Amino acid sequence: MSHSSHAASMPAGAAAHGHEHHTSLGIPNHKLATWLFIASESMFFAALITTYMVFRYRSVVGPHPDEVVNIPLTTVSTFILLMSSLTMALGVSAAQRGESKAVGRFLLFTILGGIGFLVIQFYEWWHLAHHYGLTWNTNIFGSIFYILTGFHKAHVIFGMIWLAVLAVSAFRGTLRREHAVHVDVAGLYWHFVDVVWIVIFTVVFLLTEAGV
Amino acid sequence: MGERAMDRAHAGHAHAGTREYLKVGVMLFVLTVVEVAVIYLEALRPVLAPVLVGLSAWKFLLVASVFMHLKYDSRVYSGFFAVGVVLAILIALAVTAILA
Amino acid sequence: MATTTLERSFWQALPKPRARTGFWSWVTTVDHKRIGILYFWTALAFFLIGGVEALLIRLQLARPEQDLVAPDLFNQLFTMHATTMIFLAIMPLTAAFFNYFIPLLVGARDVAFPKLNALSYWMFLAGGIFLNSSWVLGGPSDAGWFGYPNYSLSEFNPGLGVDFWIIGLLLAGIGTLVSGFNFIVTILNMRAPGMSLMRMPMFAWATLVTSFLIVFSFPVITVALLLLLFDRVFGTVFFDVFSGADLTLYHHLFWVFGHPEVYIIVLPAMGIVSEVLPVFSRKPLFGYSVMVFSTMLIGFVGFGVWSHHLFTVGMGPVVNTIFSLATMIIAVPTGIKMFNWIGTLFGGRLRFTAAMLYSLGFLALFLIGGLTGVMLSAAPSNTQIHHTYFVVGHFHYVMIGGALFSLMSALHYWGPKMFGRMLDERLGKVAFWTLFVGFNLTFFPMNILGVMGMPRRIYTYSAGMGWDGLNATSTLGALIMAVSILITLYNLVTSLRNGERAPADPWDGRTLEWAIPSPAPEYNFARLPNVSSRDELWVRKHPQLAEGAAVAASAESDGPAEPIAMPGGSYMPLLVSLGLFIAGYGLLYSMPVFVGGIVLSLLGLIGWGFEGDNMRIIQPGGEQ
Ligand SMILES: [Cu+2]
Repeated sequence: MSHSSHAASMPAGAAAHGHEHHTSLGIPNHKLATWLFIASESMFFAALITTYMVFRYRSVVGPHPDEVVNIPLTTVSTFILLMSSLTMALGVSAAQRGESKAVGRFLLFTILGGIGFLVIQFYEWWHLAHHYGLTWNTNIFGSIFYILTGFHKAHVIFGMIWLAVLAVSAFRGTLRREHAVHVDVAGLYWHFVDVVWIVIFTVVFLLTEAGV
Repeated sequence: MGERAMDRAHAGHAHAGTREYLKVGVMLFVLTVVEVAVIYLEALRPVLAPVLVGLSAWKFLLVASVFMHLKYDSRVYSGFFAVGVVLAILIALAVTAILA
Repeated sequence: MATTTLERSFWQALPKPRARTGFWSWVTTVDHKRIGILYFWTALAFFLIGGVEALLIRLQLARPEQDLVAPDLFNQLFTMHATTMIFLAIMPLTAAFFNYFIPLLVGARDVAFPKLNALSYWMFLAGGIFLNSSWVLGGPSDAGWFGYPNYSLSEFNPGLGVDFWIIGLLLAGIGTLVSGFNFIVTILNMRAPGMSLMRMPMFAWATLVTSFLIVFSFPVITVALLLLLFDRVFGTVFFDVFSGADLTLYHHLFWVFGHPEVYIIVLPAMGIVSEVLPVFSRKPLFGYSVMVFSTMLIGFVGFGVWSHHLFTVGMGPVVNTIFSLATMIIAVPTGIKMFNWIGTLFGGRLRFTAAMLYSLGFLALFLIGGLTGVMLSAAPSNTQIHHTYFVVGHFHYVMIGGALFSLMSALHYWGPKMFGRMLDERLGKVAFWTLFVGFNLTFFPMNILGVMGMPRRIYTYSAGMGWDGLNATSTLGALIMAVSILITLYNLVTSLRNGERAPADPWDGRTLEWAIPSPAPEYNFARLPNVSSRDELWVRKHPQLAEGAAVAASAESDGPAEPIAMPGGSYMPLLVSLGLFIAGYGLLYSMPVFVGGIVLSLLGLIGWGFEGDNMRIIQPGGEQ
């Protein structure tokens, strides 16, 4: 979204190179909008997580959450996603130093982390469907489990596409220091997706395994 | 003017160093290990829920403050994010409590 | 920007809209003023559709045991009337004024994200057309504007009506959310030099708080609608009682959105009134900072009262009490505002223009809406009058007496700036009195009918219940309201054609929009103003005032008169929303079409990112 909104974000009348120096709060429009978007997304995931909390043990037929959660596998995927956030942060840092090639490398690592996370998660879906017979039509837990993790996955995929567009520019050397804010806002989005997973990991997996 | 205020004065330009990012990366790794470990500790059973929520909040704050550099950026961002997250938590708790 | 030579050669070679007049210039516009005008006419069209639906409802209920409208159609009519009026008429009408006036009021040349602004409009239009296309594609939803399951599940509601309703709202919702982000950034970050937050006109404050409500509440209804959609289209079991579902979860999610939605509609109305009353009283707004604080308080507390819509579902006395009290607390900041408006009028040199009359009408009618709201907020009395016509009376006093009257006020007050022509004052006053009388005839009887026990949403009633006279009165009132709307339309159409040309400052205004010609030029301000007063223009016009010297001194440093770069048009916002519009039909009829629509809109997004700015340099014509 940030990348695409770049052209639109130029304050009318600013110099043609798109730098938002003269904003009332002294912060870039882009970044402000991204944070608002993130705040708004918090409500979106809160509504989904609430639905999970209310419905998780209401299923009339199994399988129930405590029968199916796979802690080792999910822990590995959580590690991978957390580490992709680290490479993302390093990528933003490189962008602020104007090191285009390094940005590309870090973004690539981040995307690979996203892919690793998704592979494990989709494997888990497949496993749940084939070994436990849990689909989103099976019971109410299945419905909310797939929808909650599915919307999270959709966010990961969207983030990967966004980062890929930036990575291409970075490897071509056209992502210069003055474009750091584009990497910055993409990074914010990516970290937010990570933060949401931190919450989902605890609420859906750890608390269930702990029997809470 | 303190160092922190200086950072804020350069909002958007100041950023954490690679060392700090790596430190947070290690912390996240360790906290996740701890999270998984504590659920298998019988002794912690009675306080497990608050412990798990606390650990997850810690991770959340680490990512938000360092990776998302809220610690160094304009407070406007932290303010909006905080409002969103607090509102989200309050409403989630209220609805869950009402329907429990 | 981050484009390569290769990308440049492809994306930038795409045709760019060049037209500055005519059809394509409107379709591709990113100018906030043109977008505001598009919002205005489109919302007006939907308002007329919603109005016709209302008239059919009232005609059916005019006498007992009529069969003018069949029961099924009646349910569809009240569903579509409410959905249309809320999402496609009132909200977009407020958006029309946000769009045209927020940049002018805060002293900016456009909104922060002009292309996103165009996207907001096209998403609204797409959602509106999608929703209403259900009339010819098998019939619209009959599940009410809230769409409660399980009545809205496929089992009880086969056909595509509810799906059209859900997807239509999701499409329009994207537009609303995007404009929420856009206006917050615009108001916080695009203000003219010296325009501190506490110097902003109240309408800007109202828009700011409203936008926050949008940003935090729309995601929640999005989730509620998505869960329902997945149940209907993909067979999930979120709201299947036999699978253990608790249907009230949907009620909660819906009203966590639904109550802030009331303030999304009413806060802008309060903002408009806060602009109109000072101008026509020749006094500054009374208690400005308290007004700002009250607006924020209403917005904040508005998020903690949603369960007052669920007093009768059995949440228990503790929860009911908490939400009763929280709801009553909202009456405090609202009351403060009431007294501040009266304080503004007190001792002023009042001019009873049409705009002023509508704003005064707002004060009287919104007061009744607020008081009936307090009556409903008490859980015990709520149990008695819940689901009766009392509730219908109550919220129409808020939605029409509050929102519509203030929007009419805005039309007469700001219309000259938007259209460059004065509206006819005499017709305006006639329309006001007709609306005022018609409105009260329509809705006051409903308060009584409700207490007598007439339920909402029934398609007819037996004779001899003692309801006949009041219902007939109500229908008569509705017809009178229709006459008033026709008078306003006639006024609008004839005035835009032959009306007197509007001067820059027809009302002796106080705020920046009146400092520039009517209609506003493309770049708004030839020289960006340097602001040092809440009533900047007023003080500039009256240098003998206490603040006069300071304002005159800062006005010296208004921005330079130099060539201005303005963003040109773009096809991409239209393309993105067209893609999603097509995807909406695809979801219901054919998966390949769905995928095609999504691809089209992704292409639009990529084109959006890489097409460049299409900037145009304009030499201001030396106004001001
Ligand atoms: Cu309410």
